[in-house]
Amino acid sequence: MVEQVLFVLLAIITLGSALVVVTNRNLFHAALALMVTFAGVAGVYITLDAGFLAMAQLLVYIGAISILIIFAIMMTRRLMQAVEAPFNSQRWLGLFGAVVTFAILAVVLGRYWSPQPNVNNLVASIDPEILNGSVARLGASFVNPDAYVLPFEVASILLLAALVGAIVVAWPKVEDQS
Amino acid sequence: MNPFKYASQIPELPTISPLLRDIIVVVVISTFLLLIAIVLIWLMRKVIARMQKRVGPNRVGGRYGLLQPIADVMKLLSKEQIVPAGADRLAYELAPVLIVVASLLVWAVMPFGPGLIGVDLNIGLFYIMAISSISVVTFLLAGWGSNNKYALLGAFRAVAQLVSYEVPFILATLIPILLARSMSTVAIVESQTVPFLFVVPLAAVIFFISSLAETGTTPFDLLEAESEIVAGFHIEYSGMKFAMFYLAEFLGALFMSALFATVFLGGWNIPLINLMLSLFGVQSIDLSAMGIAGSILGLIVFLIKTFFIYFIFLWIRATWPRVRVDQILSLNWKILVPISLVLILVVAVLDKMIPEGTNDLVRAGILLASNVLIAFVALEIMRRNGRQRRELIVDSGLVESGKQEVVEAAPLH
Repeated sequence: MVEQVLFVLLAIITLGSALVVVTNRNLFHAALALMVTFAGVAGVYITLDAGFLAMAQLLVYIGAISILIIFAIMMTRRLMQAVEAPFNSQRWLGLFGAVVTFAILAVVLGRYWSPQPNVNNLVASIDPEILNGSVARLGASFVNPDAYVLPFEVASILLLAALVGAIVVAWPKVEDQS
Repeated sequence: MNPFKYASQIPELPTISPLLRDIIVVVVISTFLLLIAIVLIWLMRKVIARMQKRVGPNRVGGRYGLLQPIADVMKLLSKEQIVPAGADRLAYELAPVLIVVASLLVWAVMPFGPGLIGVDLNIGLFYIMAISSISVVTFLLAGWGSNNKYALLGAFRAVAQLVSYEVPFILATLIPILLARSMSTVAIVESQTVPFLFVVPLAAVIFFISSLAETGTTPFDLLEAESEIVAGFHIEYSGMKFAMFYLAEFLGALFMSALFATVFLGGWNIPLINLMLSLFGVQSIDLSAMGIAGSILGLIVFLIKTFFIYFIFLWIRATWPRVRVDQILSLNWKILVPISLVLILVVAVLDKMIPEGTNDLVRAGILLASNVLIAFVALEIMRRNGRQRRELIVDSGLVESGKQEVVEAAPLH
């Protein structure tokens, strides 16, 4: 019962702030509302007993990505109170795309997701000990060849590529001596 | 090892519902912290004054100025709160609130004593890092909401410093997590049969330096020093709103001292005394099995350790000069991050190679030797680098080799 109330509260916070993000005229306030959305999602993770994932969400999304977004806003806007229309001419196409995506996700997850590990599922079964919040098992599954080692390594290569790209872009230009 | 998990389960106390227990814990911890800030203000002024051969506050409240912080608080309460024109009201009002909230939230997982903890999360240290990274956002809010170019510049520099020093902070905290096999703060305290300060001292040093930078304490206090762009991101805050930033700074410094005491000094446990007792063949003292007396003793031990580290913070604040912003960032990325990465690698490999049953002291000795080796190699590299630079400056003919003082003033990196 308490979980239901908590979930409804978190859903209202998340969806409400997401609405603020896309409809607010002040870009900076929209970025702040985005942080509230991320925090709401972290709360949902906590109700699902995924404490590690919730903290990772806070650390990465709010502690790094939101700051990056805010820096981008601050450096590209001329005015403090940016008053601009939140919608442009493609809003109906955007709405259609969002509704279609939602329908696909709802159908797939509703029909094929099951909390019990089942070999007939499209979604791979998750080790129940990880579901109980054991960080050690999560770490072991990251390097287990039968589990998630391939996505883990691919993600680290992606991060390495991003790091190298950032260094290349930020490297000071070498002046020509001629 | 611990027969009960929370102090409320001690048989001598009446049983209460978990919700009531949580509410009581939240009220007690928040009140304790907000009140101890007053003690910390007095402590800072007295200790720094004595170190500078002054007397410090000695007028308000008797010979030792014990009520001076009360006078400070009343002054801040009575100041006019001037909101700058064109300030973004949402960001401007939200920043002081959020920073105090973040400073208070992290204390939920601090083990004050056996059974005296807000909540024993099995991801305790990770929770601390997540909340610390959230508090970085508040500086941006303060700088942007002030409608002031210099506040914004100060906020940018603050965020750059804080975000940079999170990396060695997290990496240095990973090493005790590795040794204790758990992220829970209680597990880290209980697994320190030898304090981790003597097992991985290099990680302790990196943690200490990063925590100095994370809280914006000297020598990294260009975030809010009065001479740095007129006090940085909180120029436009006056009165009680400024007091919130001030409070958050003290609470942050105390929290870092408490975290250092927990992770590297053995928290509420008395590992060194237990080691000496085991040398004499006497059974070691287990504070968690001693009921209420053990909890109170553990609390006292924890507070002693925390205030000792806080005294070192104040000591550094009273004596060391400020570091320039480019020197801060280069210290972080060129020195602390490589050392901590190498350290994690070496400690992880060594810890795995040491067979399971070896004596704790032998394990500690091997890791200590590896730490000293890495520190020696790092210092040697830095020395060579420094010597190369000095020779470069002398060779380029800009300075005659006899002029020592100009060569010494060359930038660090």
